[in-house]
Amino acid sequence: MRTRSRNFYLAPYLLWIVLFVAAPILLILYYSFQDVEGGWTLSNYSHFFTSVYMKMTLSSFWYALLITFFSLIIAYPTAYLLTKTKHKQLWLLLIIVPSWVNLLLKAYAFIGLFGTYGLTNELLEAVGIGRQQILFTDFSFVFVSVYIFIPFMLLPIYNSLEELNPSLIHAARDLGASAWTTIRRVIIPLTIDGVKSGCQAVFIPALSLFMITRLIAGNRVITLGTAIEQHFLVTQDWGMGATIAVFLVIVMAIIMILTGRKRRGAR
Amino acid sequence: MSANNNAIIQFNHVTMQYDSDDAILKDVSFEIEHGKFYTLLGPSGCGKTTILRLIAGFLTPSAGDIYLKGKRINDVPANKRQVNTVFQDYALFPHLNVFENVAFGLRIKKLKQAEIDKKVTEALRFVNLSGYEKREISEMSGGQRQRVAIARAIVNEPDVLLLDEPLSALDLKLRTEMQSELRELQRRLGITFIFVTHDQEEALAMSDEIFVLNKGTIQQSGTPTDIYDEPINRFVADFIGESNIIEATIVRDYLVKFAGQAFECVDGGFNENEPVEVVIRPEDLELTTPDKGKLKIKVDSQLFRGVHYEIVGIDEAGNRWMVHSTRKAAVGEEIGLIFDPEAIHIMRFNETEEEFDKRIEEFTEVSGDED
Repeated sequence: MRTRSRNFYLAPYLLWIVLFVAAPILLILYYSFQDVEGGWTLSNYSHFFTSVYMKMTLSSFWYALLITFFSLIIAYPTAYLLTKTKHKQLWLLLIIVPSWVNLLLKAYAFIGLFGTYGLTNELLEAVGIGRQQILFTDFSFVFVSVYIFIPFMLLPIYNSLEELNPSLIHAARDLGASAWTTIRRVIIPLTIDGVKSGCQAVFIPALSLFMITRLIAGNRVITLGTAIEQHFLVTQDWGMGATIAVFLVIVMAIIMILTGRKRRGAR
Repeated sequence: MSANNNAIIQFNHVTMQYDSDDAILKDVSFEIEHGKFYTLLGPSGCGKTTILRLIAGFLTPSAGDIYLKGKRINDVPANKRQVNTVFQDYALFPHLNVFENVAFGLRIKKLKQAEIDKKVTEALRFVNLSGYEKREISEMSGGQRQRVAIARAIVNEPDVLLLDEPLSALDLKLRTEMQSELRELQRRLGITFIFVTHDQEEALAMSDEIFVLNKGTIQQSGTPTDIYDEPINRFVADFIGESNIIEATIVRDYLVKFAGQAFECVDGGFNENEPVEVVIRPEDLELTTPDKGKLKIKVDSQLFRGVHYEIVGIDEAGNRWMVHSTRKAAVGEEIGLIFDPEAIHIMRFNETEEEFDKRIEEFTEVSGDED
């Protein structure tokens, strides 16, 4: 009786999982073994392991790493300062608010800001540096991505810092640790779970970015995300697109397992 | 006043105040000597933890100077002070095992591994935790965590060990055990302990010296017997143990009038007709028949407390008296009370500790009474 009613409540969620998680993955898997004419083939996979795609994979990882790295070194100190401020809820809200705005809108806003006649260039000209090519560069791509991903990095780190018992910091200082040693030997080890989930929340989506690569990087940066989009929408080679997607799903699963949370009380 | 080199810690007119709030500490001065067990005692919010934090270096005084071994340490950060703290919640590092927790301070000093091994082993043996080196903190009980926290502090051989209500989280039996263990530990180490508590019994049982604090000032300092037998004012008398505090008038030195009668006492140095308060401890009152008693009370209530009965009665002038007696009384019964002149302790209104000490010294000598 009890388990039956529990199964009943689970039904909507299970239905959702089957329709929108399991089925699409199976479909992608199916397509990855299909050639353009609809026949069974392994050629997509052998094609994937050629230098063109390997280079693309490498550059995807490289950019995702850069984005994660910069998000982390900006978000960690910010989160730390945030836990020390008086009106932390307000500051936190101000940092999170931009993530409520649609990604596409933010991308267009940056096109306006970084364009040849945008605000940034006006400023550069005013101070005498002169107009620069900002849009469609690696810099603008990483910058905008970091801007977009920071809240996702910041929140889990902020939460783990908030959970940290402040008397542990006092204890470290009391035992002779300098401010830097306290950060290195106590604060970072005890908030590493937050850092891990933050990195997960940034690295995985950053691996499959395509909208920003197109709008901000002007397709100069080709990542696996852009490749998938191209294959499905432009070249109509669904098999190849699906193969790259299968590869990404596997990579993400591996990352999730590696960075999986080992709960350790911070009290 | 400059630094006193005999004192290990000295506070000179220290005030602690946040913004426009009331000061947490108001112009506090005291000295702490080497090798003694001190207790800061007071209700919550009295400033006792603030004093501890000022010594540890987690707070900087708003005014006044703090000296450690004769050196002014107002601007010395916590990590550069030769003092260590046992925190109320122990503050053990959950990501390190017992050994690494104790070794934390030693690793920062960059000692050799062999030396660290030796010192940690010794510190753990000192607190009876040998063999627990590899345990995780989460596997330790409350009492064991307490010992780890003590070992982690004493392994650094501090000049002063600060203990911030470390026993408050333990159950009664364990707490009593740890009280005598801490006392014993202090004797063996021979260093100064400063222990913060709101539990007066704990303070009386463990300390060489007690500082009683209230509302950011030190009300009285002295040995447990001094403070218990000769409280300076109503707050101290009330906070340290049960007491009968009765309004009285001085007839002349060594004669005080309360409950409509004059009684001999051993205190002097007063003005005639000065209004004062009299303290008589419940255990100094003895029951007798109404006709033999110095005072007559009518029993209002009675509680059995195990070692004694706690009897509360009202005298003819309307004063409330609490008596601790091994004899039983009946509610509504008329009984007599007898007490020695030495049992009467007289407190003046608004007397400073300095004046109080001077008067006690002077007039105890005159009466030739050492009690």
